[in-house]
Amino acid sequence: MSTLTPSPGVPRHGILYRLTRNKVGVAGFIIVGAIVVMTVVAPLLLSTTVPSDAQNTWSGPSTEHWLGTDNTGKDVLHQMLVGGGTVLFVGLVAAGITTVIAVVLGSLAAYLRGPIDTFLLQVTDIVMTIPQIVLLAVLGAFFQLTSPTVLAVLIGCLSWPILMRSIRAQVLSLKEREFVEAAKLLDLGTPRIVFVEIVPNMAGYILINFIIAVTNAIYALVGMYVLGLAPLAGANWGIMIRKAWTYGAMSLPEGTLYMMAPVAMIALLQLGLIMLTRSLEEVFNPRLAEG
Amino acid sequence: MSGLDVATTDDVSPAVPPLIALRNVSQVFHTKRGDVPAVQDVSLSVGAGDVLCLVGESGCGKTTTARMAAGLATPTAGAVEFEGVDLGAMDSAQRRRFRTSVQYVHQDPYASLNPIRSVFGTLSAPLKRHGLAKNKAAAWEQAKELLERVDLTPAENFLPKFPHQLSGGQRQRVAVARSLSLNPRLMIADEATSMLDVSIRVGVLRTLTNLRTELGVGFVFITHDLAIARYFGTGGKIAVMYLGRVVEYGDAHEVIDNPKHPYTKALLAAVPDIDPDRRHDHDPGLRSVDIPSLTDLPSGCSFHPRCPVYREGDCDTTPPVLSAVDSHREVSCHVAAEQARDETAR
Repeated sequence: MSTLTPSPGVPRHGILYRLTRNKVGVAGFIIVGAIVVMTVVAPLLLSTTVPSDAQNTWSGPSTEHWLGTDNTGKDVLHQMLVGGGTVLFVGLVAAGITTVIAVVLGSLAAYLRGPIDTFLLQVTDIVMTIPQIVLLAVLGAFFQLTSPTVLAVLIGCLSWPILMRSIRAQVLSLKEREFVEAAKLLDLGTPRIVFVEIVPNMAGYILINFIIAVTNAIYALVGMYVLGLAPLAGANWGIMIRKAWTYGAMSLPEGTLYMMAPVAMIALLQLGLIMLTRSLEEVFNPRLAEG
Repeated sequence: MSGLDVATTDDVSPAVPPLIALRNVSQVFHTKRGDVPAVQDVSLSVGAGDVLCLVGESGCGKTTTARMAAGLATPTAGAVEFEGVDLGAMDSAQRRRFRTSVQYVHQDPYASLNPIRSVFGTLSAPLKRHGLAKNKAAAWEQAKELLERVDLTPAENFLPKFPHQLSGGQRQRVAVARSLSLNPRLMIADEATSMLDVSIRVGVLRTLTNLRTELGVGFVFITHDLAIARYFGTGGKIAVMYLGRVVEYGDAHEVIDNPKHPYTKALLAAVPDIDPDRRHDHDPGLRSVDIPSLTDLPSGCSFHPRCPVYREGDCDTTPPVLSAVDSHREVSCHVAAEQARDETAR
């Protein structure tokens, strides 16, 4: 019997072992994985434009429309299934931009110090002081923010200062370590010392902050839709909430699901993301795994 | 090996400036509790193939002196010269040459290796950066040679390993191998063997000695262990430091076997002896065991509150200067200088 022979299995201190050790983290991975698979697969199987049906507005759940229909008779479940793409895309791209800017500027500011550090800290102060929502409202009035990429770049370019400051603080401590001095003695050059010797030592911290940045970008995006700062073109969870709100789904018992479906999806995605950082922490902070 | 062309020191004419020279360097740290003069008015030099051991208690300024010599710290007064050129006045090409010619081995091999880099990654980075290895295969071969030079064999087994998979001694050898990667002409070793087991220590010291004798690498060797200073400093110089100043300087064996400064005598007397019958010989006769604070140095000779041969009058009022007491010894002590004068007068 193969079950009786001791199998090598997962090594007790391997990455897989530590990734799967935290039950909350595993649940997070499953939730996020399911949502990602859903948003990738659904547009392949279903049409991305949901057909409207004027005969069937605000219908409650039925065998034909599991989650009912909206004010124009569009199927809510269909909208929910194909509506995650923009949210995930903007979340990931904006978080990527935020993280890259924060890591590059934060580590260089800390490593080089002097006038560059002072200047960059001034810039973070300025960016942090600008009220994001107000700026986005102004930009939304001047430009058509229809492209998800433009939205992602906007959100990404506004949300880096806090992470930049914490990266800077980490590098300030890391750069005093002797291996950094050893690299300086070998004249390895500033780019290599900063981005090859120092930054990878913060990989776990950066990854976890990237995930947190994804959640923040999603909140910012959905917030923009709900406040009507971005054009309601296409169908995504943010637009669904906005429309449910404007067309009075709150006051109709049949509309509750139209309102709640995207809210539930967003909440579930955010919850999953936060939960999976628990597992990542265990991978990157072995001391937690011992306890 | 480009290091081979500096193999011998005998044929170098005296006009050639020493590899590294400290000229009256001082380092004062400004702290909340006042200025700390970590190093005061130290002048030392090391040539190719020479060895200079810096010995003294913790906090006497050994490491600060070495860091200034390595260009890791800038002296607050005085100058550091590499091959006769002031470090502060170097152009970028000279600076680069200095940076690759002078290497520093840290005390703690647990901190001096990047935890996320394999041994090969650590060793190949400088090789690639400075064009010593054109591709990965060449870097692999050279990294192997470097490990063999520090007796980490079989080298292939060590190259893919990460620091956490190595013992302290193995890490320190990797750190030494890394500092050798650019064929340095001067190595500054800051307590490089104090973290190692005695059995491994001798091996590392032998490796370093071979570098000195075979490749003509100059050494600044910092240690608090006089036995190691004696062993490694053979044929070189020892500078004994106390509270930021050099108190005795001379040939290694002379300083250890026939110390002139009362502080050096006390240091040697403090070396424990295995023989219980000889324990009573080890009372250094110090008048006080407390090391004065650097922020509040005693007047006159800074050793006078502890000195067994203290004389009231000059020791507590006039700071002694480092002066030659015989052909190859400099001592900073009023009493020792007077004895030397008496001997020559007789």
